[in-house]
Amino acid sequence: MSKQVIYGVFDDEEVLVASAKQLRGKGVKIRDVFSPFPIHGLDPVIGIKSTRLSTAAFFYGMFGTSMAILMTWYMMIYDWPMNIGGKPSFVWYLNMPAFIPVTFELTVFCAAHGMVLSYLLVNKIYPGRKAHNPDPRSTDDKFIMEIQTADNKRVGQDDIVATLRSTGAVEINQKELK
Amino acid sequence: MANHTASVREPLILGNKTYHQITEDIARPIEGKANGMFKIAFTISALLALWGVACFAYTIGTGIGVWGLNKTVGWAWDITNFVWWVGIGHAGTLISAILLLFRQRWRMSINRSAEAMTIFAVICAALFPVMHMGRVWLAYWVLPLPNTFGSLWVNFNSPLLWDVFAISTYFTVSLVFWYTGLIPDFATIRDRQTNPKVRKIYSILSFGWSGSAKQWSRFEEVSLVLAGLSTPLVLSVHTIVSMDFATSVIPGWHTTIFPPYFVAGAIFSGFAMVLTLLIIMRKVLHLEDYITITHVESMNKIIIITGSIVGVAYLTELFVSWYSGVEYEQYAFLNRATGPYWWSYWSMMTCNVITPQLFWFKKIRKSLLATFIISIFVNIGMWFERFVIIVTSLHRDYLPSSWTMFHPTFIDIGIFIGTIGIFFTLFLIFSRTFPVIALNELKTILKATSENPKPPHH
Repeated sequence: MSKQVIYGVFDDEEVLVASAKQLRGKGVKIRDVFSPFPIHGLDPVIGIKSTRLSTAAFFYGMFGTSMAILMTWYMMIYDWPMNIGGKPSFVWYLNMPAFIPVTFELTVFCAAHGMVLSYLLVNKIYPGRKAHNPDPRSTDDKFIMEIQTADNKRVGQDDIVATLRSTGAVEINQKELK
Repeated sequence: MANHTASVREPLILGNKTYHQITEDIARPIEGKANGMFKIAFTISALLALWGVACFAYTIGTGIGVWGLNKTVGWAWDITNFVWWVGIGHAGTLISAILLLFRQRWRMSINRSAEAMTIFAVICAALFPVMHMGRVWLAYWVLPLPNTFGSLWVNFNSPLLWDVFAISTYFTVSLVFWYTGLIPDFATIRDRQTNPKVRKIYSILSFGWSGSAKQWSRFEEVSLVLAGLSTPLVLSVHTIVSMDFATSVIPGWHTTIFPPYFVAGAIFSGFAMVLTLLIIMRKVLHLEDYITITHVESMNKIIIITGSIVGVAYLTELFVSWYSGVEYEQYAFLNRATGPYWWSYWSMMTCNVITPQLFWFKKIRKSLLATFIISIFVNIGMWFERFVIIVTSLHRDYLPSSWTMFHPTFIDIGIFIGTIGIFFTLFLIFSRTFPVIALNELKTILKATSENPKPPHH
């Protein structure tokens, strides 16, 4: 049997979620969903794990904090200590209140930029990349569910199409996978 | 589902839109031809910007002696404009970050253009301290770099250095926050284009976004965390700006209320600028269905709150200067109100304390013309606030023989007008090439906040 991909096109995100629940109930594996905006409540239905980007952001932030502490200690205490305005710089923790603003800013800087770079990386988006949404309308007002027959050995293609149709897909497109 | 609200809320999107119509309405200014009004506005802004660039060039070529500064008033016009522009920027971050954390839906029609305003305002702001360095080609000396004279480092005890870190973090983080939100909207514009050249440009701008479920899931996480990071960031930026003054021993500057007072003032002036821009933009780009009177009213309410905080801060300053018993402090405030710069003090008081109180009347709060006029008043008042704080505190210092006045020169004024030109030029380019409303984010609230909210499917 040739490998087929089925695109179920919906015009309402809530209808799509209801349909996805039915399909999952039958044991159909849904490859992906393309939509113009985030659909709330969809991720657990189609089995998407929650992202760990915020954990990563925390560690990027901690890296920024450590760098700031190291930098202020090295420049102000170790390498060239100066007595500025009667506030001698002999020990880091005595001078620490003056270093809080820079430490805070560097923490935010590293957390934000580290997270966004990781986001671009794991999403594989960068200038010059070709978009792979199956239909240009999926960034406008259509919600498209992608199902591949290769993922679904136990449920027949006709059964999937029938379920999609009965649960409110406005259009169903099938394509041979090369 | 969480996105259905009570019907007592006023609709945020008028005219029974569909998802597709939202795309059409927001894409129209990008795909249409510029009209005469736009061309005139753009020409004027670009000419002002060029004038500013010429004045900048003259300053760099001749030196900052061409400014009106003197040995008593060493900071005046430039730092006034710097603080004014940075303050204006704060509204954008407040709308996109703080209102996101508070789940305020009305932010969605205005966050994109307010963030654009933030970025353009910070660019204008940054020009002033860089110019004041005199030898701008050595501007990188503010960074903690090892140098050829031995490793003499920058001074981490100085609020001016904190400012370098705060402003650069603020600018870059605002930029990526803004761009992260723009990527999916650029993809929408990309997928509509029939002209292959235009399509190519938006394809590059959209980073090849395809809108898969996993991408959206990460998108939401990134937006939320960036909002969480931007919230303390925006508060820290104006706090640090205020410390440029507060950590000195100049009467009128050396006060502990400066950080909250400056932050409130920043949000106050920023919202005024957002209103000035959006009241024109909604009309010119036909976005009346998206930027509604309800949005204007919500922003006016924030203006009342922050304007009142600023008013209370003015009175607190006066009280503390009297109560402190320090005669220098008392004289500084007496001089502000009755000295040679009395007119700037009373302009500030009128524009910032009295005019926003008019918004307690619902009729005024909901009137576009009245809002527009008051927003201009607030913009002027907040410029005078910085002028009053800086120039009146400096021009009569501890030594009466050094007392003097500050007079801006032709170049000072040219530079300020030039930054206004740069700001509007950038904003006008933005309004015709970028989706000015976060259109895909707006679609998520359509069902709940249109004129006929749909009942949830169950």
